[in-house]
Amino acid sequence: MLLWSRTSRAVVLAVFAVLVAVVVVAPLGTVLLAAVAGRWTGALPAGLTGAHLGEALGPEGLASLLVSVQTALLAGIASVVIGSWAALSAASAPGPMRRLVLGVCHLPIAVPSVVVGLGLLIAFNRPPLLLGGTRWIVILAHAVLVLAFTVSTVSAGLDRLDPAYELAARSLGASEARVLLRVRLPLLLPSLAAAAGLAVALSMGELGATIMVYPPSWRTLPVTIFTLSDRGDAFLASASTVVLLAVTALLLFALSRIRSRAALR
Amino acid sequence: MTALAPARPSSAGALPKVPAAAWVLPPLLAVLGFVGWPLVTVLGESVRDRAGAFSLASWSAVLGSAEFHNALWRTAQIAVGSTVGALVLGSFLAVVLAFVPFPGSGVAARLIDTVLALPSFLITLAFTFLYGSAGVLQALVHAVGGPGAQLPPILTSPLGVILAEITFFTPFVVRPLLASFAMLQREQLEVAASLGAGPLRVLRTVVAPEALPGLAAGGSLVLLLTLNEFGIVLFTGAKDVITLPVLIYTRGVVSLDLPGAAVVATAQVVLSLLLYGVYRFGFARLHGDGRDEQPTDPMEGAGHVAVVAHQ
Repeated sequence: MLLWSRTSRAVVLAVFAVLVAVVVVAPLGTVLLAAVAGRWTGALPAGLTGAHLGEALGPEGLASLLVSVQTALLAGIASVVIGSWAALSAASAPGPMRRLVLGVCHLPIAVPSVVVGLGLLIAFNRPPLLLGGTRWIVILAHAVLVLAFTVSTVSAGLDRLDPAYELAARSLGASEARVLLRVRLPLLLPSLAAAAGLAVALSMGELGATIMVYPPSWRTLPVTIFTLSDRGDAFLASASTVVLLAVTALLLFALSRIRSRAALR
Repeated sequence: MTALAPARPSSAGALPKVPAAAWVLPPLLAVLGFVGWPLVTVLGESVRDRAGAFSLASWSAVLGSAEFHNALWRTAQIAVGSTVGALVLGSFLAVVLAFVPFPGSGVAARLIDTVLALPSFLITLAFTFLYGSAGVLQALVHAVGGPGAQLPPILTSPLGVILAEITFFTPFVVRPLLASFAMLQREQLEVAASLGAGPLRVLRTVVAPEALPGLAAGGSLVLLLTLNEFGIVLFTGAKDVITLPVLIYTRGVVSLDLPGAAVVATAQVVLSLLLYGVYRFGFARLHGDGRDEQPTDPMEGAGHVAVVAHQ
């Protein structure tokens, strides 16, 4: 509706297609192709092989993958619990208090993840809480980093909630706890599932904070991918990235099932 | 155990009577302890000498070093370059998606969203195959210019990092822009065109004012994220492309100079928080009413994509 002549439309759409191909399709497609390519020295990859994917799912890769999945799930649960608590309590708190809570929760978005990692490394390598060198510092780092996203997702869900339900429940004499557990949380379930999905997706790809704090016994898949890429094994790094994306998509699919089931109710 | 019994709520299902504000305290304390406190310790570490006494030695050593100056300059250069690039590219993509409808535009929009769901280092990994010394582009250059034709080393140059960041962060501009365009009445465009305004004039006088808040929000968000970007630069692995986050990593983890890393980190946090303040303040003002304490974070675009994958 902006361009009325046939030629100008065609020109603009052609440029658009080229840009989307270069900016979006090429990077994703390249990694997918490299994961199954035997060699890639010319314009096109050659020698279809499953060897890289097989190695990416070998003992070392599988161990990293399991670490990533456990980290994502634990950090996701922690951040959804704390994040929904923060969002729910902030919604009924007085203005300055609400701004303080939401502001502090959003802090990790504003500072680089490397700094979040450095802070945790310094703060929890000394008493009273010694977490350095354990898996818990990695899980804590992930939980802290995704908290901002779970808080915003749940807050947005709360804003869209129809207050009529809880008002009706209260007028019928339901206690605050009953309103929360039987009315507000069930209505919020789609938002909670969305927040969990977001948390898991972000956690699976997290690199900056993890690389600052991880102990050798708890190496996530992105860190492994960096090690592979750093020593020049770009094919195996690509295959591991494809595995990472596939498993993330699977986890999100499972969460979206919960979400759509919650939305049906 | 019995000593705890009286603290329980007397009737089943009733919460103890506490003011609503008190419910904020547990998450607030958790966040202050696990987010605020570590940032304070970073500042504390930066003003400590090896014996643990107060000292500004690390500050003067780092702030005076060429390494820090280069990293600061490089970070600013890459962030500004990437932001400008993402704004230009993102505006074009959003305008086409919104106003030049074509079959498959939904798929294209979904595809652009997908990038939000990917880890940033994937872009650098792909660039190795596309623009590396044995990559696709090099092969094409050989094919066109003969075996002697050499591609400049784009991959490990600041330009390569800027291109990778433009690729990764453009969707962060497209999403808020599409949201602003959705508010625009299509008839306005058609009336303007039927009155004889050319496409450029329509863009300038009808679309641009509507797009400004979205552009400002997307642009400042991308500037913040590119200042903080780590994965893309780390995977590039070039010796002469050291940004502040990479400097924090090499100082803190590779050479185990925690006070030095803490100084760089503090400087970076000040920079990022200033920008974040401008972003939140500016965005809230652009949206005007001030009712919305929590402006719709374009980062929730991530949230939308959570269905596909993420942020």
